[in-house]
Amino acid sequence: MNGRKKKITLAKKHNLTGWAFLVPATLLIVVMSFLPMIKAFVLSLKTGIGVTMKWAGFLNYIRMFKDTVFMQALKNNFIYLIIQVPIMLILALILASMLNNKDLKFKGFFRTAIFLPCATSLVSYAIIFRSLFAVDGLVNTILIKFGFLHTGYNFLGHATSARIIIIIALIWRWTGYNMVFYLSGLQNIDYSVYEAAKIDGASPFQTFWKITAPLLKPTILLTTIMSTNGTLQLFDESVNLTNGGPANATITMSHYIYNTSFKYVPNFGYSAAMSYLILILVAVLAFVQMRVGDKRD
Amino acid sequence: MTNKKNNSVTLKMRKRVRSAGRYTFLSIISLLSIFPLYYMACAATNMSVDVIRGKLIPGTYVIENFKNLLAAQNVASAMFNSFKYATICTLVSLVICSLAGYGFEIYHDKAKDTIFSVLLLAMMVPFAATMIPLFQMFSSANLLNTTMGFILPSISTPFLIMMFRQSARSFPHDLIEAARIDGVTEVGIFFKMFFPTMKSTYAAAMTITFMNAWNNYLWPKVIMMDDKSITMPMLIANLTSGYTTDYGSLMLGVFMCTIPTVIVFFVLQKSFANGITGAVKG
Repeated sequence: MNGRKKKITLAKKHNLTGWAFLVPATLLIVVMSFLPMIKAFVLSLKTGIGVTMKWAGFLNYIRMFKDTVFMQALKNNFIYLIIQVPIMLILALILASMLNNKDLKFKGFFRTAIFLPCATSLVSYAIIFRSLFAVDGLVNTILIKFGFLHTGYNFLGHATSARIIIIIALIWRWTGYNMVFYLSGLQNIDYSVYEAAKIDGASPFQTFWKITAPLLKPTILLTTIMSTNGTLQLFDESVNLTNGGPANATITMSHYIYNTSFKYVPNFGYSAAMSYLILILVAVLAFVQMRVGDKRD
Repeated sequence: MTNKKNNSVTLKMRKRVRSAGRYTFLSIISLLSIFPLYYMACAATNMSVDVIRGKLIPGTYVIENFKNLLAAQNVASAMFNSFKYATICTLVSLVICSLAGYGFEIYHDKAKDTIFSVLLLAMMVPFAATMIPLFQMFSSANLLNTTMGFILPSISTPFLIMMFRQSARSFPHDLIEAARIDGVTEVGIFFKMFFPTMKSTYAAAMTITFMNAWNNYLWPKVIMMDDKSITMPMLIANLTSGYTTDYGSLMLGVFMCTIPTVIVFFVLQKSFANGITGAVKG
């Protein structure tokens, strides 16, 4: 009897310890993420500046669909998403399956080299790429030296080339990051499966599509959701590589939201409404991707 | 007979071509990955004119570049700030998130599992959506331009909690029971047993958190209005706003902003890879 009572209090004590362990982190996420999220929604229904804000209903939401700059930003985010994310993920997958080969030499060197861009800060690499592709930058110098061009081409001054450079830069920065996730996923696949496939005469291409890709599906889903999320929130590159230009051709939604809240006359209500569109897009796309990811089973 | 021999020869040839192709491909990708960083290091040590001319060999102009950089911006203060913010953020974050991850797994019950899955939703919340209310909250709490203001939104992340929860799953329950019988307190079990055995998870978490904190740009740009509080990424972004660009000192600034995270990555690389593997496994 006495022993049983003691056991119950011990279980209770453990339960309380458990709560004490997780309360600080939980509270922080509630106050720093969920609470601001609710506040942002309330804010998005208001209009005006500072303390003189008035209720506006869904006016802000209607306004953003008539705002040509925001629509351009939305389009840009989707251009980056649709072109950059698939190229990057497929490249990362190919590199990871190549590096997973047991007979490969210099594996450590290749892995480190390909991951190295991820150790660079976003502002740093944006400035490096901006310098490389500047009118007097290295790429133009080389093109002129070899006679492809007479004078420097303003890569960042033309809409299409500026977008392509942002995409190239993004691929450079993030491929290695995704590759690390695939490499870890591949380590959980028994290597004998590959040896069996080799004995059966499967080509590397077949092995890749029939074994690697299906077994890595959970990791592929994870990286797709992470990349989608990241691409919809692009900020540093837009600000530091192209400054949104030329004429807003490369501006992203986050960049425009920053401008409308902290650079121009602050319009917090309108900015909050636009930020809610990003939230909805992220949630909807993650949901769709999870559905599609499950279906292929 | 000869046919068979021919066959095996072509097979071998094919294998060799394939392997050569693989090495070529990997070498090109590695070269492309390293080149922009090599360019940065070269430009940091050369005169701006030489950088524009396309000189791709390290030079000897680094001291002059450094002097120009110091004249243009308060590098020492930005370097100090970045180190201060990133280090404090990393330490606090590791303690809070590992405690939570451990708590969610070791003492799990229905209520805690539900809370955990709700917290995971925070991963989906884009920073742009919380930025404005956070700015309002922090400015009324007088947290603008402070270390506290920098770290508060990023010390507790669902990603890190998930990572520690995953690794706590592999922590043997028998060990905990045995320690309890020996009279070790719950907090003691965490610090004396869990913490030392999960070094690779801590290393991975440390790498990720330090890099994120060091590289953070949007949030400090919002709350660090005082020139004395700015970070390295903000400083190098400011360097490009002039009319003419001094590539030498600009790239030296970029170099200084990049080197700390590269060092952290190299030091913790091995445990980082192990830690990520442990986290992805679940």
